[in-house]
Amino acid sequence: MLRLNRISKTFNPGTVNEKRALKDLTLHIRQGDFVSIIGANGAGKSTLFNLICGTFYPDAGEVYLDGRNVTMEADHVRARQIGRLFQDPKLGTAPDMSIEENLALAAGNGGWLSRVSAADKRAFRERLSLLGMGLEDRMKQPVGLLSGGQRQALTLLMATYHIPKLLLLDEHTAALDPGTAEKVLNLTRSIVEDNHITCLMITHNMQSALDLGNRTLMMDQGRVIYDVTGEERASLTIQDLTEKFRTLSGRALDNDRMLLGIEK
Amino acid sequence: MTIDKWLALGQTALELGLVNALTVLALFLSYSMLNVCDLSTDGCFTLGAAVGALAAIAGYPWLSLPAAMLAGMASGFVTATLQMRMGVQSLLAGIVVNTGLYSLNMALTGNKATLPMNKTVTVFTLTKNLLKGTPLAGQYTLIVMLIAVALVVVFLSFFLRTKLGLAIRATGSNADMVRSSSINPAFTTTVGLCVSNAFTALSGCLMAQQQKNYEVNMGSGMVTVALASLLIGGVFFGKHRGVTLRAVGAVLGAFLFRLVYALALRMDMPAFMLKAVSSIIVIIAISGPYLRRQFPMMLKTLRMRKRVPGQAEGGKG
Repeated sequence: MLRLNRISKTFNPGTVNEKRALKDLTLHIRQGDFVSIIGANGAGKSTLFNLICGTFYPDAGEVYLDGRNVTMEADHVRARQIGRLFQDPKLGTAPDMSIEENLALAAGNGGWLSRVSAADKRAFRERLSLLGMGLEDRMKQPVGLLSGGQRQALTLLMATYHIPKLLLLDEHTAALDPGTAEKVLNLTRSIVEDNHITCLMITHNMQSALDLGNRTLMMDQGRVIYDVTGEERASLTIQDLTEKFRTLSGRALDNDRMLLGIEK
Repeated sequence: MTIDKWLALGQTALELGLVNALTVLALFLSYSMLNVCDLSTDGCFTLGAAVGALAAIAGYPWLSLPAAMLAGMASGFVTATLQMRMGVQSLLAGIVVNTGLYSLNMALTGNKATLPMNKTVTVFTLTKNLLKGTPLAGQYTLIVMLIAVALVVVFLSFFLRTKLGLAIRATGSNADMVRSSSINPAFTTTVGLCVSNAFTALSGCLMAQQQKNYEVNMGSGMVTVALASLLIGGVFFGKHRGVTLRAVGAVLGAFLFRLVYALALRMDMPAFMLKAVSSIIVIIAISGPYLRRQFPMMLKTLRMRKRVPGQAEGGKG
């Protein structure tokens, strides 16, 4: 489904701020995989997503999506097949426009001069009611009035309105309060599982990294240092993961947010 | 002042307000929707006036309207291309096009700074003849402008609800979200600026024909005047209203601006103050909310400064 072939990316090359964000990374994600990605800040997780989405291009290597080389394809062209959620719930929606208008853009039905039809509105209502947040009765309200959790749930709905080939979740619940985060995470799980969406999820919460999905990647300094699935993964505990990080990277895991994840 | 004079004053304000309203609606699209402050507005206004005047003088008064709009579209296309595909900053792209348009306008009119149209057949004189003998005969300017403004408002309220219109609005609100909807923001910005500049040029075209005179500096300061009107309109129908109401608000703002200006002239304010007044309105409208937010902080800072060192720790004891 998604194949990354020897991807390298260096920021600010030749300066004191030079940062080798990804080093010769090769990765193959199978159709239907739900992969959680963990790693300390600066490990290259978000850079990986940006390269998959085309936010910027790799210095070397290729990105194949569903067998097609998309390495140099513009981000908005690729977006037809890739859905993405960010940590900041504000990034996925247009605040000055209504819920209905946001959904209309995500749905993208009809030609350039077509307007939202009654059938569209019914479909939006139906989809919104699945979120269980009462948004279906607020379709005319500007999205800017919604809470962070509601906005993130709406973004999730928009990103998966047409089932994408690939869904990228970049700590999409990290900015939400614990109760809302859990709700959005459950929504994510049911949407991804019901539609068999291939999904990559960056998280700082080690428990959800192990609970969700069928495969976990641990990244450090631009490389994947641990890739686990199946029985080995099923028996892993958070303690095992921190221990793995210590032995594989040669450092202790000193990330506050990840440690907080352990206590949870 | 007699009632007649008041009415005449109101009518002039209405007519001029409606001519300006077209530019205000253009900025409503580019500034309020697309979030681009299009500084090529002045030059584009004049470009529309020049093209329209040339067409009318050549004997094609009706053709002058689409001709001016096409010229405006071309100008908007250049501005958009500069900022979306050639790496020129948004504000600079407008300024550069604006400067270039001066030379273009002079070239179009054969190096003449003015084109008098006293004897020229214009859309206004045609309408005047058409209405001869009807009770509306004296109101031809108002009628032409009302039709033009109504058409543009109806168009905008339709257009901004289409998929393309939604994408243009989203570009101003959150361009990343437009990209993730598989739409290129460079495309939506280009379409938006083409349409908005077409209206600006139409506005200039009608202004020249209404005044029976083209003058190469007639657009100067237009962007500030229109922005002031737009911001006044926003007081009535703010951000959370529907697009149709907001467009109507923009027209209302243009009229009110002209009305206040006409009243100020009555009270012996010199005519050259128009631009200063519009500048001050823009400053107040944009900076006002900012300063209001800052105000509590400023008070706090002042209060802290007043406190003598030691007093805070020492307290009463």
